[in-house]
Amino acid sequence: MDIATLAFSALFQFGDAFAFLVLSACGLAVIFGMMGVINLAHGEFIMCGAYITATCTHAGLPLPLSIIVGALVSALVGMLVEFVVVRHLYDRPLDTIVATWGLSLIATQGTLIVIGSTMAGVGTPFGSFQVGAYSYSIYRIVLFFAALGVLGGLYALFNWTSFGVKARATIQVPHMADALGVDTRWIYSLTFACGAGLAGLAGGLYAPTMTLVPTMGATFIMEAFVTVVIGGADVFLGTAPAAAVLGVVKSAMTSWQGQLFGQIGLLVAVIIVVRVLPKGISGFLLRERT
Amino acid sequence: MTGRVLRGLHAAVLSGTLVLVSGAALAADPPIKLGVLEDQSGDFAVATIGKVHAIQLAADEINKAGGIMGRQLELVVYDTQSDNTRYQEFMRRVLQRDKADAVFAGFSSASREAYRPIVDQLNGFAFYNNQYEGGVCDGHMIVTGAVPEQQFSTLIPWMMEKYGKKVYTLAADYNFGQISAEWVRNIVKQNGGEMVGEEFIPLGVSQFSQSIQNIQKAKPDFVVTLLVGTAQASYYEQAASANVNLPMASSVNVGQGYEHKRFKPPSLKDMYVTTNYIEEIDSPQSKAFLAKFKAKFPNEPYVNQEAENSYLAVYLYKQMVERAKSTKRDDIRKVIAQGDVCMDAPEGKVCIDPKSQHMSHTIYLAHVNADHSIDFPKVWPDIKPYWLGDAGCDLTKKDPMAQYTPSNPPPK
Repeated sequence: MDIATLAFSALFQFGDAFAFLVLSACGLAVIFGMMGVINLAHGEFIMCGAYITATCTHAGLPLPLSIIVGALVSALVGMLVEFVVVRHLYDRPLDTIVATWGLSLIATQGTLIVIGSTMAGVGTPFGSFQVGAYSYSIYRIVLFFAALGVLGGLYALFNWTSFGVKARATIQVPHMADALGVDTRWIYSLTFACGAGLAGLAGGLYAPTMTLVPTMGATFIMEAFVTVVIGGADVFLGTAPAAAVLGVVKSAMTSWQGQLFGQIGLLVAVIIVVRVLPKGISGFLLRERT
Repeated sequence: MTGRVLRGLHAAVLSGTLVLVSGAALAADPPIKLGVLEDQSGDFAVATIGKVHAIQLAADEINKAGGIMGRQLELVVYDTQSDNTRYQEFMRRVLQRDKADAVFAGFSSASREAYRPIVDQLNGFAFYNNQYEGGVCDGHMIVTGAVPEQQFSTLIPWMMEKYGKKVYTLAADYNFGQISAEWVRNIVKQNGGEMVGEEFIPLGVSQFSQSIQNIQKAKPDFVVTLLVGTAQASYYEQAASANVNLPMASSVNVGQGYEHKRFKPPSLKDMYVTTNYIEEIDSPQSKAFLAKFKAKFPNEPYVNQEAENSYLAVYLYKQMVERAKSTKRDDIRKVIAQGDVCMDAPEGKVCIDPKSQHMSHTIYLAHVNADHSIDFPKVWPDIKPYWLGDAGCDLTKKDPMAQYTPSNPPPK
């Protein structure tokens, strides 16, 4: 086993863990990290994206297009949820836990009743490639670059566009933004939709690699929350380094002692980071800069 | 709140009609109550909704044919939501409040071990209609599912002969996976093989890149997959897309979660499963059963081995009650002790072993082809659940109410 093979394998496993953490977390980073809404229905937005993607693929749409449709539909559903439920609870953050948890139960059970206990998969595209003794799925590389793309897109969106500036202003000092003529209700709604759409995108991207069942969102939610909690309030400066740190810990521990230790390592790392950096990684980075 | 009131009213109306109907048709004999505790939602629902339907099918057939000793069969169904604490809660309710004569309960071994002490404590009578890791020696339980000596001592030697002696086990990390993996380890060793790796996966894990690489590193001849739940089922798709291309052997896949129907071919290519029933079995009894099932539940996605176990369990219960002329557990166990409680099930002939109160089965080796069609390279008729009896469990003499494993056998 030569060094290059080992190095590539370690890099691939890190990239894979990183992509899963980033894609699971980025929607939540917007809704929970930025807006402060504790969204326990995050997993169900992911499930929504995955189901729409699979449905579109079964209907004959090419996969990339299906994924985009899945993300857009999730964003619309997110906007609806914001309008009907979440909008009334911005100043009652604890109540959002109960409300979104209820939504998640309704979504899971509703899907089970309406669509059934399972949905046919779509199959992973692109095949595999070989490095040394190991073969890898090409699609996992696509996922890694999709994660980088999402991070880049989020950075651009919140730093370079007028929507991004208004969104950050609205969330930091709502009454000031309001006084300056920003339609804060509309901005809240769009931001929530953006988070839900990102969750749907994660679901769509992972749909070809996973079992499609009503409870599939639950497998993302732990990773999503820990990444956002240790990342802190900044979507880009929080999620990316948090996912990098956790990705290294998780892939190293899993390769050393198996999946169980990967999970233990992940949670221990979270406890340590939260203890040392109570404001999350982005809080630490931003304090250093100022 | 309104929902609950409405549901209550609904139930009252339903049971009212039931009483009226049976009252008109029959004498005042009260119905025999059968509790049904199965996961109709949550992570295990894929494999277990069919069990409830199978029980409903059998109960309907029996009721139309005049019931058990002239008494109608009444089902008390609760959704246990793939949650062990729900099993405990509903097991208490079904035994204490509903006073069920027998309870059909449980999918995962964790759930069975959660409710079994309650059945023992409240002196109930439960059927576990599921394949599992074996070893439950408990007079309050009848197990109609297959056990490791039926599934692994057939499967593993066959696989080793066909593919080679190096084996890798990937198992769910709880009692079922751990004890099953122990069985695999022992059988591989007895047959002169070598375990090149073993990994236990926590329930709910869905990402397998590293496990796939560990398997490729160990270079086994085949992989034993004992993965449980819908999250872990993501392994097959991920392994196929990484081109692992190793044959797989399992006691749980296909026969429970019909992965070959849910995933796009060829992700389950060369999966071998020992099961006592799946709907592809091409015998007249199997086809007749499947036709009845589809007539009553046209949208049923798949009729799996647990559905068949549950269906035959209702008929076995009928036979035992009629022979005992009683629904009391002690009377029924006297019938079992005679050693001739048998029936012609959709899979073939099955009998209850009096020592362990487990079932003999016809074991089918199901092989998944590249297009996900199934063929059966081998069938083992009448495989007995011999391990518990040989190890020293004899429920006709003594009831230890315990679960044993190969490394923790009954005390001599």
